[in-house]
Formats: sequence, structure tokens, C-alpha cells
Amino acid sequence: MRAFTYERAASVEAAAGAAASNPEAKFIAGGTNLLDLMKLEIETPSHLIDVNGLGLDRIEATPEGGLRIGALVRNTDLAAHETIRRDYGVLSRALVAGASGQLRNKATTAGNLMQRTRCPYFYDTNQPCNKRRPGSGCSALGGISRQLGVVGVSDACIATHPSDMAVAMRALDAAVETVKPDGTRRSIGMADFHRLPGDTPHIETELKSGEFITAVVLPPPIGGRHIYRKVRDRASYAFALVSIGAVIQPDGTGRISVGGVAHKPWRLDAADAELPKGAKAASAALLADARTTEQNKFKVDLVERTLGAVILEARG
Amino acid sequence: MKFETPAKTNPIDNLKVVGQPIHRIDGELKTTGRAMYAYEWHDPNMRYAYGYPLGSAIAKGRIKSMDVAAVQKSPGVLSVVTTLSVGDLGKGKLNTAKLFGGDKIEHYHQAIAVVVAETFEQARAAASLIQVDYQEESAAFDLAAAKGSAVKPKDAGGAPPDSAVGDFDGAFKSAAVSFDGTYTTPDQSHAMMEPHASIAAWDDDELTVWTSSQMIDWWRSDLAATLGMEKEKIHLMSPFIGGGFGGKLFLRSDAVLAALAAKAAGRPVKVALPRPFIANNTTHRPATIQRIRIGAQRDGKITAIGHESWSGDLPGGGLETAAMQTRLLYAGENRMTAMRLAELNLPEGNAMRAPGEAPGLMALEIAIDEMAEKLGIDPIEFRIVNDTQVDPENPERPFSHRNLIGCLKLGAERFGWSERKQPGLRREGNWLVGLGVAAGFRNNLVMPSGARVRLAGDGVVTVETDMTDIGTGSYTIIAQTAAEMMGVTVEKVGVHLGDSRFPVSAGSGGQFGANSATSGVYAACIKLREAVAKKLGFNSNDVVFENGQVRSGNRSVALAEAAGSDGLVGEDTMEWGDLTDTHQQSTFSGHFVEVGVDAATGETRIRRMLAVCAAGRIINPITARSQVIGAMTMGAGLALSEELAVDTRHGFFVNHDLAGYEVPVHADIPHQDVIFMDETDPMSSPMKAKGIGELGLCGVSAAIANAIYNATGVRVRHYPITLDKVIGGLPEVA
Ligand SMILES: Cc1cc2nc3c(=O)[nH]c(=O)nc-3n(C[C@H](O)[C@H](O)[C@H](O)COP(=O)(O)OP(=O)(O)OC[C@H]3O[C@@H](n4cnc5c(N)ncnc54)[C@H](O)[C@@H]3O)c2cc1C
Ligand code: SF4
Repeated sequence: MRAFTYERAASVEAAAGAAASNPEAKFIAGGTNLLDLMKLEIETPSHLIDVNGLGLDRIEATPEGGLRIGALVRNTDLAAHETIRRDYGVLSRALVAGASGQLRNKATTAGNLMQRTRCPYFYDTNQPCNKRRPGSGCSALGGISRQLGVVGVSDACIATHPSDMAVAMRALDAAVETVKPDGTRRSIGMADFHRLPGDTPHIETELKSGEFITAVVLPPPIGGRHIYRKVRDRASYAFALVSIGAVIQPDGTGRISVGGVAHKPWRLDAADAELPKGAKAASAALLADARTTEQNKFKVDLVERTLGAVILEARG
Repeated sequence: MKFETPAKTNPIDNLKVVGQPIHRIDGELKTTGRAMYAYEWHDPNMRYAYGYPLGSAIAKGRIKSMDVAAVQKSPGVLSVVTTLSVGDLGKGKLNTAKLFGGDKIEHYHQAIAVVVAETFEQARAAASLIQVDYQEESAAFDLAAAKGSAVKPKDAGGAPPDSAVGDFDGAFKSAAVSFDGTYTTPDQSHAMMEPHASIAAWDDDELTVWTSSQMIDWWRSDLAATLGMEKEKIHLMSPFIGGGFGGKLFLRSDAVLAALAAKAAGRPVKVALPRPFIANNTTHRPATIQRIRIGAQRDGKITAIGHESWSGDLPGGGLETAAMQTRLLYAGENRMTAMRLAELNLPEGNAMRAPGEAPGLMALEIAIDEMAEKLGIDPIEFRIVNDTQVDPENPERPFSHRNLIGCLKLGAERFGWSERKQPGLRREGNWLVGLGVAAGFRNNLVMPSGARVRLAGDGVVTVETDMTDIGTGSYTIIAQTAAEMMGVTVEKVGVHLGDSRFPVSAGSGGQFGANSATSGVYAACIKLREAVAKKLGFNSNDVVFENGQVRSGNRSVALAEAAGSDGLVGEDTMEWGDLTDTHQQSTFSGHFVEVGVDAATGETRIRRMLAVCAAGRIINPITARSQVIGAMTMGAGLALSEELAVDTRHGFFVNHDLAGYEVPVHADIPHQDVIFMDETDPMSSPMKAKGIGELGLCGVSAAIANAIYNATGVRVRHYPITLDKVIGGLPEVA
């Protein structure tokens, strides 16, 4: 870990401004991802802006009938929130499928969206990794890739985004609200928030330098069965090999968002449209452009089978 | 004392304290955080500095140069010791790869420098500033690719690498029913909770090291050899150890780095290995490829059994002796085993809990299940038909005591084995449910073990031995032994362990610790009893030690009084005659497992586990049970998720943290039952006990594999049995 300076931001605008004035600065929320990465010198910010004291820890109803989740709401609190549990069950279930109780007590909504990949080579600074050191190469291609992405991947990077929460938010068509250093505010749909790796796997989201997340907004509830199915080697405390966040209506239509397969939560309109036809059709649409490795090709089958189980559960 | 003839009735047989379910005497220290582990030692009068290691970024080659200029300017840095600056160091007798010193790189994350600073954070930050120029050499990292070049090594852990009886090839060819299968087990990591850690402090030319070691005397000798100093000048302490599983049997780099760093900085220095070092800097259990062939008559009697195994290690390293148990476990007139060693440039392979048997039984006990199915015989019945009461390679040599059949029968009854269905037929909701069984087998080893026992004027008995407690319960069973021998309660016994100033003990390894170390305490207590009798003028033959009193005829004296103000001491070492040569001493178990396999995703979740163990006298059923359930948990990890993933291009274990190397979590482990057979083994020691700590692991993973097969009809021969190896054979998701 490199030495760094530290400040507590006094306001959202001040936080964004401070970040903009120092390109090597980072926001710190729960610190559960950032501190680990700093210890390994994968992240080397020279300055930390603590955003815990900005009062962004509330969940409020929106005039449209949805919910605005403050960026600093802890994962535990979000998962336990009554309205979330009642009307957005897929989100609550995704959250409690992630990490551990202790981590969820610290982890925040914004931090969870911004967490970085779990590709093992990303964590070993001796190894080439385009995401960690742009242009150095991708060690996972031709290496250990069982956990990694099968769709939307590039020759530069096949990493996945590890968040469970984001998969559910994508299914719910959530939007991320931000403030830029110049004070302008904008809203970015979850579909666009995370990027595919392309040639620039080190750029993971649409956020611009210093841009600060203030909240995530959920549209009004859409009913249906809310299911989150996380498939993993051990029963808890493991990242997903594949996960499916689904909202399925009584008529068989619905939305499916898939985790563990891409650089972002993977959802396609074409696949949603196929959903009434069943798991085979929907997963064929989801993974039409799959590009697998020898080690992770099982994920294609696994998505289809898991989706099959999810559809059965929705019917049952 | 030398144990040369089978034990007769002795004071241990009173079982007032020994054999009783006594909670661990160090439990409160541990649950209240007062048990000091290596890195936590803190003397307010010492100004500790912190050392942080740097590991090699290549797997094989040499270091051309190292630039530490930036490090020396970094805040708080006191000194930098590099593998080049220390020059050529010695190598411990029990180490394969050098731990430090010189320009040669033998494996990834080999220690190449330690930076000492005022704070841990300063040392860590500075360590990353070292610039290293390597010259990489090509090397071999892939066992499957190197298998063809594997050779017959000189020895297999003290035994010959090959064995042959009768005509295996002929008998196998002509067998009525035969089976030939190949299995693989991956490289596995000890992944203990407490990483290797040491504090070193010099006083002139004398070195004190607080460390985390299973074997005090081995470490002390090898540290002396590495540093080129006299063993007597080293004082080593390791009273509490947060798990070792074999990973702390042999001297590791933390102790060497701490010693050199403390010398350079002129201050006591703390060094802990960062978690990623556990996989690549320390040892691991090597991967194996195993071929098993079995031929049998239609009635199930084995006529031919063959087990071959291949593993790899660094030049000068040793085998994973995975075929050993096949020499002893089942009858059969025609037999062969062969073990071959390939040269690999991965980190050093070495002992991990139940070395040899753990991976060997992972394969053999699936093969037995497969063969039973081919024969159409229940797998328990098949094992019973082929039980042997003598060493099958050497029939004049009987087992000292062997009740594998009892374990299997009792387990079958308790577990409800008769409810097992044909493969793939039991479905409960989304779960395919199956039962599996495997035999467990592990030899009972004995090691010389010394102890000193003091009796003080207040009647308190104090034991001193360099025995270690790696979380196993040594403190408690040693207290029980001394209490039984001296006729006092456990509360009247103090136990001091893990200090090189104490008599050299067996240490903790090879499941020899409990039986050997308590036998050493037994021997020392016999000496102390003699001293007490002598002082009181009692005839030592008819003296009884009971209720804090010493009695002879109608005379009775309080122990405290007998000790007097000077106290009394007994010291001795238990040594062993040839009973382990004349008799095969082993431990046995039956492992039973019920799994559910998700019919859609192939995820396996264990639902019930039972182990029935025959391991001689159980010195303490609570600590023994903890050993077995811990081992069953480890077996679950080895079956389902644990695998050091090898990057065969660059030669290192990629998943070198606890997020990537998945050991079981609580949610993976269901209800576990353990039953101990009520037995003693007078051939093993005056304690009549045998090892238990490794037996609990042997066979578990195969029982899980067999249960997965019974649940799904999918036979997986390559560990770990992850869902990707299963889903291809599962039914369509309706
Ligand atoms: C052992 C372990 C297991 C885990 N398992 C899972 C799992 O199974 N599933 C899962 O989904 N996650 C898992 N996680 C990840 C966990 O969810 C994240 O670490 C956590 O959500 C991050 O939140 P945080 O508030 O601690 O973020 P921090 O660590 O504080 O920050 C993370 C990143 O977000 C940025 N950031 C924080 N707040 C803002 C803001 N308001 N605006 C812009 N940028 C911001 C920071 O600058 C930083 O780059 C696991 C983590 C660990 C350590
Ligand atoms: S997959 Fe991405 S994160 Fe992993 S090594 Fe390649 S570039 Fe780095």
C-alpha cells in the first residue's frame, strides 16, 4: 500500500471537486474492495476522499412510485428494507447472496457497483493484465479462466463484473444518478453504466473523472416473481460462476439478467422476448455471441440449465 | 523408557481422567484472545520492527541484479536484506528448495528480499519498490506432460517405491471380473488460518525466535543449518499454532527472514508471510495421477490389485506416496504398487495431512466402489469379503488390531445404508440424493518423545515438553495423562509446550503426536513416581497414586507433602522397540456421506456425514471428535472445491488467496457424526492409543465422490468434483 492523504468530504459537490482536482484521488465508501486493492498495490491512489458522512444513506420513495437508494446505503440495510423485500425481491435476494454478513454491513450501494473484477491475474502484480496495466497483455487468455467471461469479451480482456447486486438492478432497469465535478447531474441507465472491455478494459464504467454516484433509482415495481439464483462451487461466500436475476410474470414474459458471464450484468431485449418460449430459446439469444475458453465453456450449458430451473421455480 | 513388549495393565487403565470428555484446558485462553500466537508476542520493553518479504516473480532462473536504492529512501525503512546481499546460505536438511540466499530461483514467490521498517505498512510499501532483473529459464510445470519422463525414485518416504507379490499381470488378465481406472488429484494447499509468522531477536550471538512450528527441534536444527550457526544458540518458541496441517512441519522462510532482518536492523523483527505466499512460497500437497487395476472372482474375492501413482516435485524432492495404503488395505494374492516421480519446477511439494493416504484413498476408494458395482456386490460387502488381518504383502506380519469390518457394519446400521437406491433414482424436489461409503485407513506411526514432569510443594504437577498444540488438543491430553499417572485432577496440572528449552518430543505430524507425546509424558511420570516413592521410602512396586495422595500398604501421604519445598522432577524419553515392525499398526474408519446434487446446476451440497473410527484408546472423546470433524471438513473441501490452479506457462499457483482457493465455509458442512469404536491397542504404546488426526481425513473425499455417483449416475474420477464435471450427465431440466 502506498502512502496517501485523506480527507472527509463536506458535500457531494466538494467530493466531486476534490476528485477532479487530483486525478490520483479515489472516493472511499465501505472500503471493502478499495482497501484490499490498495494493499496489493493494484490501486495506488495518492489521496482518499471519504464520502461516508454525506447523508446519502437513505432510501426514499420517488414521485414516480419508485425508490431512490442513497449511494451510501449499506448492502445489509438495502437487503432488509421492507419495500425492497416486498416489491423488488430480486434485489434483496441478490444482495444477501453476496459476500458475507460482515462485509455487507460495510459495503455500500455505490461501492458495490464500482467493485472490480475477481480475475486472479488482476490480483497478481507480477503478471501481465490489460485491466491493471493497460497494454501489458491478458494472462487469463490461455491461462486459468474457469471463472471468467464468455460473452461480450475481447482479445484484451475476458474478465467479469463480480457484483450480484448489479445483476438484479439491471433486471429492474435501475438508473445511476451522479454529480460531475462541475456540479452537473445526470442519470445513467444500468444498461449503459458498465462497459464491455473492448480495447480498454481498464475503463469499466461510463463515469467521467471525478464523477460521483449519489443514488440508484428504481422505477415503480413491476410485480411478477422475483428470483435470484446464484450458482457457485461452495454454498456461501463465493463469487458466482453464473447467476440469474429474473422477474417473471404469470404469463411467462419477463426479464432475465445474467451475472458471472460478462464484463457487465448481461441482459438482452432479444433474450427477454424469447423467454416465453423457454430456457433454451432465451439462453440461445443471450449467449448467441459467446466466445468461451476450454475452461469456461461449461457456463453456456450452465446458463441454460439454471434458467430452466428459474423458469420452473417461477411457475411453481 | 523403551516400549518393547505389549502394554500390560498400567495406571492409565484407571481411566479416571484419560478417556474422559474434558474440555480443552487452553480453550478459555483462545476464546478470550489471550493465547499468544507467533506474531502477537509483545514485550513492552522491546522495540519491534517489521519485516515484509518480497517473492520471486519468476518460477525458474536466476537474479541478475536487484536495485534497492528507492527502498532505502522510503519512509521508515531501517534496512533491506536481499537474497544477493546475504550470499549463499545453508539449506535445512528437511527442505527441498532453499529458503533464501543466492541468485538461483527454484520456484515462484521464493523469498528474495525482506524490507525492515518502523511500521508494517512502511515495510510493505517499500518492498514493492525493489527492482529485480531476472534471467528466466525454461522449466516444467505440467504433471500430465511430464508423466512420461517420471523416474523411479530411491525411496518412498522410507519404503521402496515399488512392491510386487505373486503374478499381478497374469492374475489381472485372467480375472473373471476386472476394472482399470485412472484418477487425478490436484495440488492442494494447507490453507491454515494462521499464516507462517516469526519474531526474531538477537542477543549477541544468541537468537530467540517466536514462531509457528509443528516441530520445534526440526526447525531449530534446520534454522541453525540455514544460518550456519550452532543449534544450541537458538531458542525457539511456539506455544500456540493456528493450524499447520503439515505446512509447518519444516522450517519456512519467515523464520529465516526474521533472523536475518533482526540482525541487519539490530532490533527484534516480526515477519508474517502474506496470504499469497502460503500457496507459492511454502509447501503444498503435490498433484497425482493414479491408475488402479483390480481383478476379482465373481464372488468378489480380489485376485489382483495394482496401484500406480505419478507425482512431481522440484529436483531433489520426494514422492506423494499415494499407492502405499494399497499394500495393506485389502487382501489379494497377486499385487503390485509403483510410484514414479517427475521433475517439476512448481513450489516445493511436501507433507499435507495424511500424506500419501489422503490422495491415495481419494482414488482407491472410488475404484473399490466401481469394482463393487461391476461385480453387483454392495460396496460394504465387497470390502468385508476382502478384509485381511495380516499384511497382505507379508502374511507373517499380523495387524496389531484391525476392526475395519466393525466400523463399516456399525456405520451402515447407524447411517441407514440399506436405504441406498440405485444410481440416479432418488429425487427430492430439485435435488438428486445419493449415499456413499469409503473405508479410511492410516498407519499408526510412533516417534521418540521426551518430557519433564515436576511436582511442586503445593501438589501441582507441571509438564514441560517441546510438543506442540496445533489446535489439536495436546495441552489437554498431556494434562490428562499426567493427572492420571500422578493421581490428581486436571486442575492440578500445568502444561508448558513448544519451547526448545524443554525435552525434545515427537512434535505434531503424521498423526503420531498424541500417542507418542502422551507416552513420553507417561515415561517421565513413571520416573517421577519412582522419585516420590523413593523419597518416602515406599516400595515403588505397590505404590498407588490416587486423589492427590501416595499410598503404600496402609501408609498414605499427600503428594504435596511428598514433594517437599524443593519439589521433585521426573524426566524421560519414550523410545520404541520393534513392535511396529513385527506388527502392522494402523487405524481404520468407515466414512458415510449423503449428498444432494442440484438436478439443474450440478452443485453438490453435503447433507449428512458419519465417521466410525477404530483408533485404539480414545484419550479424550471431545478433542478426538474435533480432530475427526475437522478432517471430514477438509475432506469435503478436497472432494468438492480445493484445487491449486496451475498456470502451466509461468509455473505458479494462480488462485493464491482464500477467495480463489475455496475451503469449505460453514454453509457447506452439515451435521457430522463421529463414533469411536471401544477398543485399545496394547501394541501401540502404554497409552494403548493410536493416531486419529489424519484418519479422519482418509477416505472422506471418496465417500463424497461415491455419493455423487449414487445421486446422479455420473462418475467423476478427477478431483475436485465441481459442477462442470457433472452437468453433462444430468437429466434435462424439464
Ligand atoms: C471476501 C469478499 C467476498 C465478496 N463476495 C461478494 C459477492 O459474493 N458478491 C458481490 O456482489 N460482491 C462481493 N464482494 C464485494 C463487495 O460487494 C464489495 O467489496 C463492496 O460492495 C464494495 O463496497 P464498498 O462500499 O466497500 O466500496 P469501496 O471499497 O469503498 O469502494 C469501491 C470502489 O467504489 C468507488 N466508490 C465508492 N463510492 C463511490 C461513489 N459514491 N461514487 C463513485 N465511486 C465510488 C471507490 O472509489 C472504489 O473504487 C466481496 C468482497 C469481499 C472482500
Ligand atoms: S481477463 Fe482482464 S483482468 Fe484478467 S488478466 Fe486478462 S486483462 Fe486482466
